[in-house]
Amino acid sequence: MSIATSIQTSDKPLGRDDLAELVARDIAPGSFVNLGIGQPTLVSNYLKPEQNITLHTENGMLGMGPAAEGDEIDGDLINAGKIPVTELPGASYFHHADSFAIMRGGHLDICVLGAFQVSATGDLANWHTGAPDAIPAVGGAMDLATGAKDVFVMMTLLTREGASKIVEACTYPLTGVGCVTRVYTDKAVFLTGPDGVTVRETFGCTLEELQELVPVPLRSAAAVAG
Amino acid sequence: MLTFVDSVNEAVSGIKDGSTVMIGGFGNAGQPFELIDALMDCGAKDLTVVNNNAGQGDQGLALLIKEGRVKKMICSFPRQSDSWHFDAKYHAGEIELELVPQGNLAERIRAAGAGIGGFFTPTGYGTMLAEGKETRIINGRGQVFETPIHADVALIKALKADGVGNLVYRKTARNFGPIMAAAAKHTVVQVSEIVPTGGLDPENIVTPGIYVNSIVKVA
Repeated sequence: MSIATSIQTSDKPLGRDDLAELVARDIAPGSFVNLGIGQPTLVSNYLKPEQNITLHTENGMLGMGPAAEGDEIDGDLINAGKIPVTELPGASYFHHADSFAIMRGGHLDICVLGAFQVSATGDLANWHTGAPDAIPAVGGAMDLATGAKDVFVMMTLLTREGASKIVEACTYPLTGVGCVTRVYTDKAVFLTGPDGVTVRETFGCTLEELQELVPVPLRSAAAVAG
Repeated sequence: MLTFVDSVNEAVSGIKDGSTVMIGGFGNAGQPFELIDALMDCGAKDLTVVNNNAGQGDQGLALLIKEGRVKKMICSFPRQSDSWHFDAKYHAGEIELELVPQGNLAERIRAAGAGIGGFFTPTGYGTMLAEGKETRIINGRGQVFETPIHADVALIKALKADGVGNLVYRKTARNFGPIMAAAAKHTVVQVSEIVPTGGLDPENIVTPGIYVNSIVKVA
């Protein structure tokens, strides 16, 4: 058996919820975390109380609870996606400059973001397609990308057209340079950094099959550790 | 000087054509809808508006944009599923957009209120939003020089004011209120309740009254 098969941890690709569960499991107990809008929000469904994770929302809150329902809905208590949420015991509110100082000052342990593309050295493109008629909107993406200690990306590995979203160099406008540390996809978990891309584990494919899809050199974490 | 006024129309009556107006709120939370409606009524035009978004739905800032009163938006996230009035003006070339990463927007507003002439930040380094800006390598990281955003007027919403203009806010509706209050030459606040001086715990004041010029109670 080759090293490559030894890092295959699932016999099929992971669905969005399975991936969210995996990300949740990988977050160290006691972490302060910001979950981006969209797929990353699913991660909150799988955080366990004993992990003691504190969620930050950029519009000015630590200790954010689950989405509000029924009588809990309060227009003054929303998350970054403008969805009504709840507060947990120990929550705190602060103004926008303080909220972004929490990001920009390096106080967040992890942020989880979606992406259009990630480069081999961890450049992130997730805010703008660059299409001439697209209205650009950046929000807090650049602050999160450059400020959090670890930047995790969650995305499908391939576009609808079958192109790899892990690329040698991003063709979409950048959100941040060399900021992504991990990429969670349906087919594999990648570790990115100045030395390129290491594959931690694969889902439903071998490292060799994965390499066929991804146009940058991939190393096996098992080999690196070995 | 602090004044308590009886109507939102009186509160915004001094806003002139061509003013830079900061409007609090993140989405609808903390957005001073009544003051924005009064700004519509007062007729001021060619405004530069500073807000996180560019209006949503058919109310507040979105209507001000629809009516062609806003010459330029300074914001971080104009495009939303219900930002149709901004989208139409933008595509028609009838509104200018200065797109600012949200943390830079907040810090540039804060810097204005704190008398800071500018600052370097890693946010945006190496991206198209830093093009043409001064950069430096500081502590081994590329950083971009950003300048303060000042305003003629801030329109914000708070929960309560006391007799000297001290303010407290409610939950995530606080957002841009405190920093905009400090950054504008003239700050107008709509509140749900006015309490007697001494009625707010000094330990819990979020915006001290020194930053506040005009207060109006909105039911």
